[in-house]
Amino acid sequence: MSQIQQKVELIQSEVIAAGTVRLTLNAPDIAAAAVPGQFVMVQTAQGLDPLLRRPFSIHQINSEGLLQILFKVVGRGTERLAQCRTGEQLSILGPLGNGFNLGESGNACLVGGGMGIAPLLFLASRFLQQSHGGVTPRVILGARNREELVPLMGDFLALGIEVLAATDDGSFGYHGLVTDVLKTLNLTSQSSVYSCGPKPMMAAVHHLCQKENIPCQVSVETVMACGMGACLGCAVPLKAGGYAHVCSDGPVFEAGELLWSL
Amino acid sequence: MEPVNVKMDELDLRVSIGSLKLQNPVMTASGTFGYAREFESYVHLQRLGAVVVKGISLEPRAGNPPPRIFETACGMLNAIGLENVGVDRFISEKMPYLSALGVPVIVNILGDSVDEYRQLAERLAESPGVAAIEVNISCPNVKKGGVAFGTDPQMAAAVTKAVKQGCQVPVIVKLSPNVTDVTLVARAVEEAGADAVSLINTLIGMAIDLKSRRPRLANVIGGLSGPAIKPVALRMVYQVAQAVSIPIIGIGGIASAEDAMEFLLAGACAVQVGTASFVNPRATEDVLDGIATYVREQKLESVRDLIGALRIG
Repeated sequence: MSQIQQKVELIQSEVIAAGTVRLTLNAPDIAAAAVPGQFVMVQTAQGLDPLLRRPFSIHQINSEGLLQILFKVVGRGTERLAQCRTGEQLSILGPLGNGFNLGESGNACLVGGGMGIAPLLFLASRFLQQSHGGVTPRVILGARNREELVPLMGDFLALGIEVLAATDDGSFGYHGLVTDVLKTLNLTSQSSVYSCGPKPMMAAVHHLCQKENIPCQVSVETVMACGMGACLGCAVPLKAGGYAHVCSDGPVFEAGELLWSL
Repeated sequence: MEPVNVKMDELDLRVSIGSLKLQNPVMTASGTFGYAREFESYVHLQRLGAVVVKGISLEPRAGNPPPRIFETACGMLNAIGLENVGVDRFISEKMPYLSALGVPVIVNILGDSVDEYRQLAERLAESPGVAAIEVNISCPNVKKGGVAFGTDPQMAAAVTKAVKQGCQVPVIVKLSPNVTDVTLVARAVEEAGADAVSLINTLIGMAIDLKSRRPRLANVIGGLSGPAIKPVALRMVYQVAQAVSIPIIGIGGIASAEDAMEFLLAGACAVQVGTASFVNPRATEDVLDGIATYVREQKLESVRDLIGALRIG
């Protein structure tokens, strides 16, 4: 295990859409050890309130040791993080969790929705590196509307990846669900789907993949206290009965292992 | 992992819990440190006073459905549901690692009946490397309509006796704060042969989501822990210290050396760091380093000078 607890400097804080923030941290040790799908736990306050760290999937890393997280302001923890100034020191733990199991770049299809898009950028970059830029993975991204989606697509486009877009209101790209777009790709059992997003979306992606016999990995989000397998607070039910823990058994699971009751 | 940068050599930080000798008073709290291995990247485990592992039952338990945790002001609620691997897997899979750490391993046990506690004690007594047993009496007594063992002095005493009969190692009874008078239970378990008491377990609490009008925990209620409960815990340790003569281990919201030393002053001879380890995995070691620094700066002969040294009046 090579998990690290350290204070790192906030290099840049950007509001990329209304209520959506991207933080760039100087975390070379964690960045060097991280694989796509892993996450970090970030302390949001110096004092005791909010008490617990917040988990964030690793959005992107670069060769200079910079690590990015992307989040929506949804509560006191993210609100506090959104207010952090450049130069501030943040305590982070990582890299945590298992990460995606990478197959062939040419067979990969990444399906993200909303903030679930965050870990897919790091994954897409790693696929590109793996194929030496030769073969780009296919990427389908969805969000509620244009305002939410377009800012999240930019980094994929900058990598030279074509993005198939879907919005709930039809204001950008396909009018409807990412699964409708996924169907049109006619993937086979040779393909691999990697998905992260709201639970109903991932359930739909899973069901489609199951029907077509396509391997599907999902990255699951839950509340967490510790992020390292100690509190057992992040339980998700398994198809075979019992629970898995998102922080230590996941956050990435073979979709078929989980119980998708809705 | 950060190197150890506090010199401890010349300091006397040793404390005793009955016949159990500890190199220092800082332990982990059950259920907040897994089976110790989870923390090996962050903590020099061999520096700890003792490791108290996640509560163990006779059979494995899957735990409660999610959501299991919810953050509250300066604390958190949990209803994990005592998820654990069961005593057999604990002994075969977890004990080899734990007993190689070189620090006392205290095994927390829980059961549905007095007999289950006895059986657990007997099973663990066969496992070398178990330095002491901590008895979680906050569980419901299934045979007595689900009333928690820890809320009834007689039931608490019965569990204590059964565990004492089942094993030779020191028995620590972990007291529930969810009672009108904690000293009654403390006295009862002392009379029943407990070698020490540890307190407090979590305070039962609740939180509701206004939007959905649903409880925040699937279990509806859960245990409150973290800095929010420290004043209550400290008060109870102080009260129990007046009521019993067996050693006391202080637990409840300890996140710093200052917190820990308050408990020592109130009468605890050791402490357990719990929820703080979730926030700062190095919390146990930070507490230890802070105590060491204080003992040196105050030129105390030993950390034991602090125990019960509260000045009143």
